[in-house]
Amino acid sequence: MADSNQQGTPAWHLVLAWAWVGIPLTLGVIRTLINSMALFH
Amino acid sequence: MSFLDKSHTIAPPGFSRWMVPPAALCVHLCIGQAYAFSVFNLPLAKLIGITKSGPGDWNLAELGWIFSIAIFVLGFSAAIFGRWVEDGGPRKAMFTAALCWAIGFFISAIGVYTHNLWVIYFGYGLVGGCGLGIGYISPVSTLIKWFPDRPGMATGMAIMGFGGGAFIAAPLSVWLMSKFTTATHVGVAETFIVMGAIYFVFMMVGAFIVRIPAPDWQPEGYTPPVQAAKLITKNDVYVYDALKTPQFWLIWWVLCLNVTAGIGVLGQASAMSQEMFPGKVTVVAAAGFVGLMSLFNMGGRFFWASMSDYIGRKNTYFVFMVLGFLLYCTVPYMGKTGSVVGFVCCFLVIISMYGGGFSTVPAYLKDMFGTRYVGAIHGWCITAWSMAGIFGPVLVNYIRQYNVTHGVPKADAYNVTMYIMAGLLVIGFICNLLVKAVDKKYHMAPDRDSALDTGLASKPAGA
Repeated sequence: MADSNQQGTPAWHLVLAWAWVGIPLTLGVIRTLINSMALFH
Repeated sequence: MSFLDKSHTIAPPGFSRWMVPPAALCVHLCIGQAYAFSVFNLPLAKLIGITKSGPGDWNLAELGWIFSIAIFVLGFSAAIFGRWVEDGGPRKAMFTAALCWAIGFFISAIGVYTHNLWVIYFGYGLVGGCGLGIGYISPVSTLIKWFPDRPGMATGMAIMGFGGGAFIAAPLSVWLMSKFTTATHVGVAETFIVMGAIYFVFMMVGAFIVRIPAPDWQPEGYTPPVQAAKLITKNDVYVYDALKTPQFWLIWWVLCLNVTAGIGVLGQASAMSQEMFPGKVTVVAAAGFVGLMSLFNMGGRFFWASMSDYIGRKNTYFVFMVLGFLLYCTVPYMGKTGSVVGFVCCFLVIISMYGGGFSTVPAYLKDMFGTRYVGAIHGWCITAWSMAGIFGPVLVNYIRQYNVTHGVPKADAYNVTMYIMAGLLVIGFICNLLVKAVDKKYHMAPDRDSALDTGLASKPAGA
């Protein structure tokens, strides 16, 4: 999925944009996974 | 407000298309809060009694309507505003969705403060529901245009966010309520205000970074197929012409039946697992099961939509219908043999396909009707969700209740429902089988595109 157009957007913009949505989502998923473990106890 | 205009959102040369999925996720992660609205139900039922429901407090049945109205309005606002979303562009749509979503929360806070449930129905249900509908479809056609090589994966990423929004909203809501609740006051109104403000900012970040590709843009290394595939058109169909085609209504029924089969068990998963395996599945374990199902609902949205880029949309729905049929027929056997692991595995796959049904449909519609009006056509198609939101839970709840009152043991009360769900998927299979390429008479003429944009068109093709 190489896209040479990515050269025009600074890498930190991409990192920031993905972190903005990725961090809260990952935290929520981890928390749900931990709670789900009750099913296997 | 020219910042919101479509012309101001055209990406400059060099803009990375990988900035667009996070923009879409900014919106979908926020509106996905709807799936977690139930965390407010018990606190809302104790606004007067504080520690327990008192005289004058709302009951859970009344409160359940808040979510139902919101989901109903979601489907119909997506249909009604779909064309406007296409014409106005994603930034204007995301801004409007953010405004409706935040104002919905603020109005609901007033409803809580004045203890008027109708104000909450209006705020969260109607105004917030419009935010849901507009927000849901706002990034769809933009993503498809940025990822012509992987449209399923692109829309799957965004719609995955709608499934994941509850993972953020549920703990955030509980934490905020704990901060605002005192011995004499339940802090729901304050929580609504803070959440409305947070969501507005979060969604505006998405509106700020979203861009549409320049008209002649193509991803590097991507060559559009010279010969159109049998079920992937290179032509566009005008939104209201699409509604006249049998293909649209067949896909509508495929989605409706797939969602009906999933949504009923999603809402009853906790009770069903405990009743089918008495003594084996505790309340805590059942809650874990529901959490796991939510994860598979979210993951399935990305997995199946991405998979559809390789095996085709029609084949993906064939997998949903055939595999779903086999799994629904297997569930009663798992209950009979007491296999909790088998039961859990069956439902995790079923619920992943429920999510996959939502995320694959935009790419399916794009294949059939082209990219020009796919967002608006998708808006009309998700009215199937509103219908399924009524059919699914009714089927599961009423058939179970009928069986229990007629002496069927609780452990076996869901068996008939499972076979009915399997039957619905057979009908869905037939509908999917009947989907053929759209008749050429519905294709827009090449010069129609600009005519419709400038309002000069008198009569759409195929009318």
